[in-house]
Amino acid sequence: MTAPLLEVRGLEVAFPSPAGRLAALRGVDFHVAAGEVLGLVGESGSGKSLTMLSIMGLLAPNVEVSGSVRLDGEELLGRTEAAMRRYRGRRIAMIFQDPMTALNPVIPIGDQIVEAIRIHQPGLSRRSARERAVELLSQVAIPDPRARAGQYPFEFSGGMRQRAMIAMALANDPELLIADEPTTALDVTIQAQVIEVMERLRRDRGIGLILITHDLGLVAGVADRVAIMYAGRVVEQAATAEVFYRPRHPYTRRLLASLPRFDDDVDRLATIDGVPPSPARRPPGCAFAPRCLDAVDRCAQDDPLPRRIGASAVACHRAEELPA
Amino acid sequence: MPLLLLGIVTIAFALSNLTKGDPLISIIGERQMDNPEIVAAAKARWGLDRPLPERYLRYVGNLIQGDMGISLRTKQPVARDLMDRLPATLELVIAAMVVGVGGGILLGVVAARYRNRAADHGARFVALLGSSLPVFWSGLLLLFVFSVVLGWLPGPGRLDARLTPPPGVTGFYTVDALLAGDFTTFRLALTHLILPACVLGWAVMGIISRLVRSSMLDVLAQDYILAARAKGASGPRVLVNHALRNAMIPTLTIIGFSFAYLITGAVLTETIFSWPGIGSYTVDAARSLDYPAIMGVTIVGGSAFLLTNLVTDLAYALVDPRVKLG
Repeated sequence: MTAPLLEVRGLEVAFPSPAGRLAALRGVDFHVAAGEVLGLVGESGSGKSLTMLSIMGLLAPNVEVSGSVRLDGEELLGRTEAAMRRYRGRRIAMIFQDPMTALNPVIPIGDQIVEAIRIHQPGLSRRSARERAVELLSQVAIPDPRARAGQYPFEFSGGMRQRAMIAMALANDPELLIADEPTTALDVTIQAQVIEVMERLRRDRGIGLILITHDLGLVAGVADRVAIMYAGRVVEQAATAEVFYRPRHPYTRRLLASLPRFDDDVDRLATIDGVPPSPARRPPGCAFAPRCLDAVDRCAQDDPLPRRIGASAVACHRAEELPA
Repeated sequence: MPLLLLGIVTIAFALSNLTKGDPLISIIGERQMDNPEIVAAAKARWGLDRPLPERYLRYVGNLIQGDMGISLRTKQPVARDLMDRLPATLELVIAAMVVGVGGGILLGVVAARYRNRAADHGARFVALLGSSLPVFWSGLLLLFVFSVVLGWLPGPGRLDARLTPPPGVTGFYTVDALLAGDFTTFRLALTHLILPACVLGWAVMGIISRLVRSSMLDVLAQDYILAARAKGASGPRVLVNHALRNAMIPTLTIIGFSFAYLITGAVLTETIFSWPGIGSYTVDAARSLDYPAIMGVTIVGGSAFLLTNLVTDLAYALVDPRVKLG
């Protein structure tokens, strides 16, 4: 196995609140190698986006972050804002869920890409940066990129906006790309285009990609490995095939069972009763125990930590005994 | 827009003719009002013996040709009086806008950046003070402190009384002095301008800064601000390039409105600072029941409102690419 490009260990994030410290992330571990796609899956509020923001150092200063985030062996946590700025957009770039709101509405697309380039390469002339921006737009298959560069986000279609967003993220040849639900806001046909572009990047440039999503179908098709998050922790992590064919955590199983299937004619889709607990009212034991059909007494008292089982890392007391 | 203007003219005409005060008193004096011959002669001289609709049509007809009638007080054409005084007011208002808009944006951005911290409260205090202090009070206070006590700035007026104004090209003393290459006069005109401009600008600074603050807070919560930071943009760059540009869109309306408000609202400031502009002209006109002058001022004020609205709409297209003129 190659040395990981990004290694996240024991990442904890806590917010101060009138009711005391709220632990939003409770020891998140995962890693991504160069050229690898990690699918980070979980419901809203499970801590996916929070994980990404803490990697980028974009959380508010009053949020407590601890643990370790290493990029190519260099520790990122605890660095100053000025030091983090040299990583953001240059070595780690980010793509957002809704390209309509993530692009500045009053600045032409080309100028926004030029800005991304010149922040990290101040020596580059406006003209060369402009050329590079046009080239980037054509790499993500924007037709007539020179003319398009002068247009504003509202003049782009949804899929073009997301591809422009990707072009902007690629401006400085980052090693790691974090895509936060990059296709959720797009039509299905447009989703395929965007995925195509990201696949090509991984293949041609060896970029490591973290794909944050709640779309299991997308993960199955694109990701090499999958990390399932629940209530601020990674509850199961393994190669994609392993997770889909041999899910070990009850939560993963229920998630997979809730997927609609073509070969199965059911009237209702399976659901998971209840909602994930908020950080303020998390039970003392396993956070999933109240919704888990396989929970035993121990689960209500004892919080399971992730441990290795076969090729997976699973945070469940009963992972071995339950039938895979 | 011409229709709106006609509406303003009509309402101004109706108001000034339906009010109780009799302009004849200011023409011939109270003592002569008992003399029917003199009253009739004065009425005929000023056309007041004609029926109202005829007077209205004549007024509008003359107005189209740029004739606003003769001032009862100065006995000069109202249009000429206004043209003499408009530049003084415009110079003052533009300077006040620089102070008000510049200061308001600065205060608003600082307040939003340091939300709920000391700088925010400080900005709120300065803004609140500006909009709640009446200008006749803040004007006198600033005059007293900076002119009388400290002696840093000159007192009222556009220039020292001994000085002759620079040759009139634009009517703006500062610009005219520069055009004439007369830097002493320029410096004096500028220092005379500072205090009244600050007083007047301070009054609108409050509302502008509050609006900038709230729209900045809106904008700062947007995804594209996070995206800009994720690109590695520095704090000031995010604040000015990304946030302020968007926050200015809702602010434009109030800036346009402030400009029109200042043109008509300069009355008190001009009176305190002996500024020979439209404002002090209005006060004099109102005092002497000078109806043609009052109407003229009303129409100029109304047109200023319409014009700034138009300019504001045009400015939207410049700031917001989504607005297309057509």
